[in-house]
Amino acid sequence: MAEKVLMKGNEAIAEAAIMAGCRHFFGYPITPQTEVAAYMAKRMPKIGGTYLQAESEIAAINMVYGASSAGVRAMTSSSSPGISLKSEGLSYMAGSDLPAVLVNIQRGGPGLGGIRPSQSDYFQATRSSGHGDFHMIVLAPNTVQEMFDLTVEAFELADRYRMTTMILGDGMLGQVMEPVDISRGEAASTVTKDWALTGTKGQRKRNIINSLYLEAEELEMLNLKRFEKYADVEKIARTDNYLTEDAEVIIVAYGICARIARNAINEARQRGIKAGLIRPVTLWPFPKNQLKAAVEKAKAFVVVEMSMGQMIQDVELSIRCSRPVHLCSRTGGMVPTPESVLEAIENAAQAERS
Amino acid sequence: MMEIVFQRPKALSDVSSHYCPGCTHGIIHRLVAEVLDELDLTGKTVGVAPVGCAVLAYNYFECDMAQAAHGRAPAVATGLKRANPANIVFTYQGDGDLAAIGTAETIHAAARGENITIIFVNNAIYGMTGGQMAPTTIPGQITQTSPYGRDPKYAGFPLKICETLSTVDGTAYAERVSVDSVKNVINAKKAIKKAFEYQMAGKGFTIVEVLSTCSTNWGLEPVEALTWLRENLIPYYPLGVYKDKEVF
Repeated sequence: MAEKVLMKGNEAIAEAAIMAGCRHFFGYPITPQTEVAAYMAKRMPKIGGTYLQAESEIAAINMVYGASSAGVRAMTSSSSPGISLKSEGLSYMAGSDLPAVLVNIQRGGPGLGGIRPSQSDYFQATRSSGHGDFHMIVLAPNTVQEMFDLTVEAFELADRYRMTTMILGDGMLGQVMEPVDISRGEAASTVTKDWALTGTKGQRKRNIINSLYLEAEELEMLNLKRFEKYADVEKIARTDNYLTEDAEVIIVAYGICARIARNAINEARQRGIKAGLIRPVTLWPFPKNQLKAAVEKAKAFVVVEMSMGQMIQDVELSIRCSRPVHLCSRTGGMVPTPESVLEAIENAAQAERS
Repeated sequence: MMEIVFQRPKALSDVSSHYCPGCTHGIIHRLVAEVLDELDLTGKTVGVAPVGCAVLAYNYFECDMAQAAHGRAPAVATGLKRANPANIVFTYQGDGDLAAIGTAETIHAAARGENITIIFVNNAIYGMTGGQMAPTTIPGQITQTSPYGRDPKYAGFPLKICETLSTVDGTAYAERVSVDSVKNVINAKKAIKKAFEYQMAGKGFTIVEVLSTCSTNWGLEPVEALTWLRENLIPYYPLGVYKDKEVF
């Protein structure tokens, strides 16, 4: 049995990145993700890597743009207000088809908001990460182990699809300590980056990394081509299901809310309500087919999230509003209790009976 | 046997540029390309184009090129250089890009002593967007957004970039040059060459500020624009070496 190490979620992300071959981290301090940067600052110099503290989140994402252009695995991490500042860079990276890994350890908003855990950047992550038509792959871990595993996977996906892959966590997952099996880290992928800016060495034509296309026809063609790629990325959509086989009330929750929901589901079952959990592991692409399939047995859905109701829209769209979808949420840094989720399950079940 | 005495530098692409007639960007592109040729750097160089008139610079140099978001070229160059320190990395930026929206990226790249070279083209106006007031527009200068002449009491003062960066410890070399005359063009090339040589030697952050014209948006004939530069920009932005860590 592999040895486990006790780590904070933020540290697990950093160690996973290193094991995935990332040697270039560019960051800027912000609570509650600071441990990612601190871990990198400690480890990178020992392994010949680069930890660089940028002058701003804007600079950090543009350093990632540069390093990724040079063909290396690069990443940055931040929390909600800092992610807003990275929007410009994310759009340019999407327009230039550059791979990178971005971590958002969400805190309450809007504005400076607070430093307590939140999931209110769901729209920003999945809908509007910056100007223009583009998407990022968004992965949502719910344990420290998954912070590790999904970060390793994020680098593979980023390179495979030449996209930014975001790890969307929250302040609680970032700070909590849990045992992690770090032997699951994979060696760096061997994706050939013949587009990278490494110098022509007089052996090839110059490479250009660019997102400017002044001919509208050409830009449209490139957008259409990028969205063909996104259609292919749909196949990575996945969920982690719990007691869904016979479930009549389906909870949909990601991240820390999914763990809270499991407790409530166990209690609901003891009270005779067939409740189950669908936990999206990928938020973009959203696992709409898995949701659609659940409609057969489910009478109602309850979405548990730490926002005023953002993911709920994807649930409603996925099932085409064919079942009632209830929202159980807290916001501004507040975390739902298992009791409140249980009550939401009971109310949903009651509404179906009456 | 005829001897070739003048030809297009190999590092300069064989294409027509989009620059306006009379614009001095062409001269500055050529000087950079000549230096890349003379130092045999094209194969190991990565250039970074800005947002502004020089946005299409990626089409004009034969080395690998990236295009950066507005003002972020020094950060992009930092990522490129940190990823592949053996590459020579330069940015080519205008005054709006470098001295307004990208001021933080510029000053902090210098502060880190980032081993990159910046070619800073200062023509005291936003050219690409049609001639608005720039951070380097001089007092009294008329632009589309300072139609009565820049009034420092209202619009503040221009930034003097070489002077500012000379106070930053990480700056290895900062020189202001001009391309208004043959003599100054020759000096400009010397400065650009020195900046690249410093980078090759790993000395740190280097910047060459090149005073340049914008006939179109200054509303002057090309020759008049050169005269205007000489009579107005050079007195406000004196030419010379502001920092050379080998000397002072």
